[in-house]
Amino acid sequence: MKPAPFTLHSPSTLDETLEVLEELGDDAKVLAGGQSLIPMLNMRLAAPAHLVDVNGVRELATVSASASGVRVGALARHTQVLRDAGAAAAVPLLPQALSLVAHPVVRNRGTTVGSLVHADPSGEMTAVLALLGGSLELRSRTRTRTVGADAFFLGPLEADLQPGELAVSATFPALPPRSGTAFREVARRHGDYAVCGVAAAVTLDAAGRVERAAVSYISMTPTPVVVDATDAVSGRLWDAADWAAAARSCGDAVDPEPDLHASAAYRRHLGTVLTRQALSEAAAHARTATDAPLETAGGAA
Amino acid sequence: MTSLDAEQRVEVALTVNGLPRAATVPSRRLLSDFLRHDLRLPGTHVGCEHGVCGACTVLLDGEPVRACLMFAASARGHEITTVEGLSEPDGALSPVQQAFRECHGLQCGFCTSGFLTTATAYLEENPAPTRDEVVEAISGNLCRCTGYQNIVASVLRAAELRRERAAGQAS
Ligand SMILES: Cc1cc2nc3c(=O)[nH]c(=O)nc-3n(C[C@H](O)[C@H](O)[C@H](O)COP(=O)(O)OP(=O)(O)OC[C@H]3O[C@@H](n4cnc5c(N)ncnc54)[C@H](O)[C@@H]3O)c2cc1C
Ligand code: FES
Ligand code: FES
Repeated sequence: MKPAPFTLHSPSTLDETLEVLEELGDDAKVLAGGQSLIPMLNMRLAAPAHLVDVNGVRELATVSASASGVRVGALARHTQVLRDAGAAAAVPLLPQALSLVAHPVVRNRGTTVGSLVHADPSGEMTAVLALLGGSLELRSRTRTRTVGADAFFLGPLEADLQPGELAVSATFPALPPRSGTAFREVARRHGDYAVCGVAAAVTLDAAGRVERAAVSYISMTPTPVVVDATDAVSGRLWDAADWAAAARSCGDAVDPEPDLHASAAYRRHLGTVLTRQALSEAAAHARTATDAPLETAGGAA
Repeated sequence: MTSLDAEQRVEVALTVNGLPRAATVPSRRLLSDFLRHDLRLPGTHVGCEHGVCGACTVLLDGEPVRACLMFAASARGHEITTVEGLSEPDGALSPVQQAFRECHGLQCGFCTSGFLTTATAYLEENPAPTRDEVVEAISGNLCRCTGYQNIVASVLRAAELRRERAAGQAS
């Protein structure tokens, strides 16, 4: 298995990259970590005439965290993001989800932004970006635009990226105070793409009552949709809320397809079970993220 | 698609197992093929060529990566360590290699170089892993022969050997 011939371009600055991309237009593909693109080239599922290798553009290898969220540059590897203490503190869902992306060795090379642009419906980061209401910054030589997760993912393996554009960064906003998150998934083999996965976020009020609960799925929908689960649990104490009912209400919002790995019914079943687990775990994290002592259904915490 | 006659070739200069190496190859040359065919280091094995089996794992600046999912050209200027570069400077087996021999961590050997490189880098990062941590650390490598039990035992033994050798050097 060998890739078809191509011409390789290896720019070392962002400006150079954007110039090359503009010149080549439709004929070029960006090569980031290569952990999705190179398998496709090796199997000849793709045969672009030009590859623009951005691995030498060091200015893109950044992770910057602040109280408002985390901005991940195009060349930050999954491992770099996973190990970033500031990122973990601002957006705990990042390490929760990244530890489920492939194996450590693949994470050493694969980039977080690349996995978003790849727009695989089984890619954990798509659901994370959607659930947090994050966005991508796309740049060409002549313009810069910011596209939210709700508009960026167009379909399986299809994102709103125009010829000549580079995704320079992804921004994952932090949730409000008293929020917690969790990621649960089931995969056939450890480190493999999940048959079903759920990202959950729960925000409590100052008394520990549920203010907002929402989930997003992988391997269940062609693009990552966010399902609001607040109605079934609104105003309930975090440990007394009926997370099973909330999970059932989410199930009606997704319509999974069967494939080689799982029937639609099995996926639906996994969806309900994992949603309940993810929501109640997120609620428990939200509880510990709260500074003030809270009521619990069982008395003092 | 570019025609084969006009295929672009690039000069790839890098450090492999501590030595400077260079060759001019087509840009589509995978790092795995570059090591095996152009540099004649066939210790890096090629199984699936899509990142799943781990047989081709090499160290890039000390970190394990899939050589089948990288172009040789992307490794320009970097340091690669293959299984051929794991032994001690005097030729003695490294702790990981010795442990795989002692604990029968290999049968046919096809997967072995990938396990050795992966385990070597992992023990640098976590010198005293638990059994569960070892299982997690090697979960990206497939072996069709051993059933993994002896591989897990080998990695745990390698951690011991590293400590013994370090203590020996200190005294
Ligand atoms: C064995 C194995 C298991 C895996 N398991 C998982 C898993 O469980 N979950 C998961 O999410 N992923 C998984 N992956 C994929 C991995 O996360 C990839 O790293 C990721 O999908 C793509 O990132 P990359 O940097 O490797 O992108 P590349 O492979 O380099 O590129 C992917 C696509 O995105 C485009 N692209 C990349 N970066 C940019 C950019 N900055 N601007 C414009 N276009 C860009 C490329 O042109 C290409 O079309 C797995 C991969 C392997 C090999
Ligand atoms: S040959 Fe590279 S992972 Fe299988
Ligand atoms: S020893 Fe034969 S594949 Fe592992």
